[in-house]
Amino acid sequence: MPEQDRDGVQLDLISAERMEGKTSMEKIRMILDSVHDGDIVVLEKGLTPDEESKLIEVTMTEINPDGFTGIEIESFPRSDTKESGILGRLMGKEEDPAKLTVIGPANQIQSLHKDDTLISALLKRK
Amino acid sequence: MGLFADLRDSISAVTSNLFAGEGDEPKRIGIYGPPNAGKTTLANRIARDWTGDAVGPESHIPHETRRARRKENVEIERDGHTVSIDIVDTPGVTTKVDYEEFLDHDMEKEEAVRRSREATEGVAEAMHWLREDVDGVIYVLDSTTDPFTQVNTMLIGIIESRDLPVLILANKTDLEDSNVQRIRNAFPQHETIELSALEGSNMEEVYDRIAEKFG
Repeated sequence: MPEQDRDGVQLDLISAERMEGKTSMEKIRMILDSVHDGDIVVLEKGLTPDEESKLIEVTMTEINPDGFTGIEIESFPRSDTKESGILGRLMGKEEDPAKLTVIGPANQIQSLHKDDTLISALLKRK
Repeated sequence: MGLFADLRDSISAVTSNLFAGEGDEPKRIGIYGPPNAGKTTLANRIARDWTGDAVGPESHIPHETRRARRKENVEIERDGHTVSIDIVDTPGVTTKVDYEEFLDHDMEKEEAVRRSREATEGVAEAMHWLREDVDGVIYVLDSTTDPFTQVNTMLIGIIESRDLPVLILANKTDLEDSNVQRIRNAFPQHETIELSALEGSNMEEVYDRIAEKFG
């Protein structure tokens, strides 16, 4: 991400297209590198459950007492229309990743709230 | 990858389910949930009821359980037959750990830092177990707190995506603020059983459901 005015909070709106073709670890690395820099990441199309699981795992390995305390994350629910489970996969339906997802550094987000149609992030002043 | 890999995985899952029966290795049932939901209290309750031993120490301090602990061959008897499972008590899952939160529990900084480091390792370990090493999940929630959290949503999503059987337990019904219906509303696609693991209330129904779900 471009390095500019670090006194402010950078918001990275990442399109589905930009994430397409990346491996799980590439996506996670891209997200956590931004969050380590204090940025808020908004994914147009979220992560798969497996990627979310790995994101939690990698986040935990990078927490340290000198600064990084982890992430805050919120996303809209997965589509109800997806075919899930064995039948869905046998029919060739892909797992539909979560919709829009907001991820940021836990120590800079005062609160992150969600309802069905709105995710609201309150950031701490520097 | 894609359809062919999915088809292979699905056939593998179906055949392993078809041939899983009595006489096989006990299923490993992971006890998951956020910190302080009462997972270890439940694990100890189950282990004491059926083996006489405890699994690990319980505490009101978050992240008391910082390593996954397995209690093997817990044999639960229901209606004349025995269901044998391994219970895996896991650290509470979270997306953040700040050592300063432990300072509120009368800990010195050094101890708080050590505990937070162990807690992060424990959460990572719990996620690894969930992806690789459990056959079913008991998801424990504190019924006095809001279940509509991202961690709960993500974990239930991960469990569903892996086609793992799951039983949701609404714990701490002994407390005044308990609201089991809120949990039922949050996860209507799954069966929710209420209990107090601390007082041992409604454990008979819990054992019935464990035997049905994981037997």
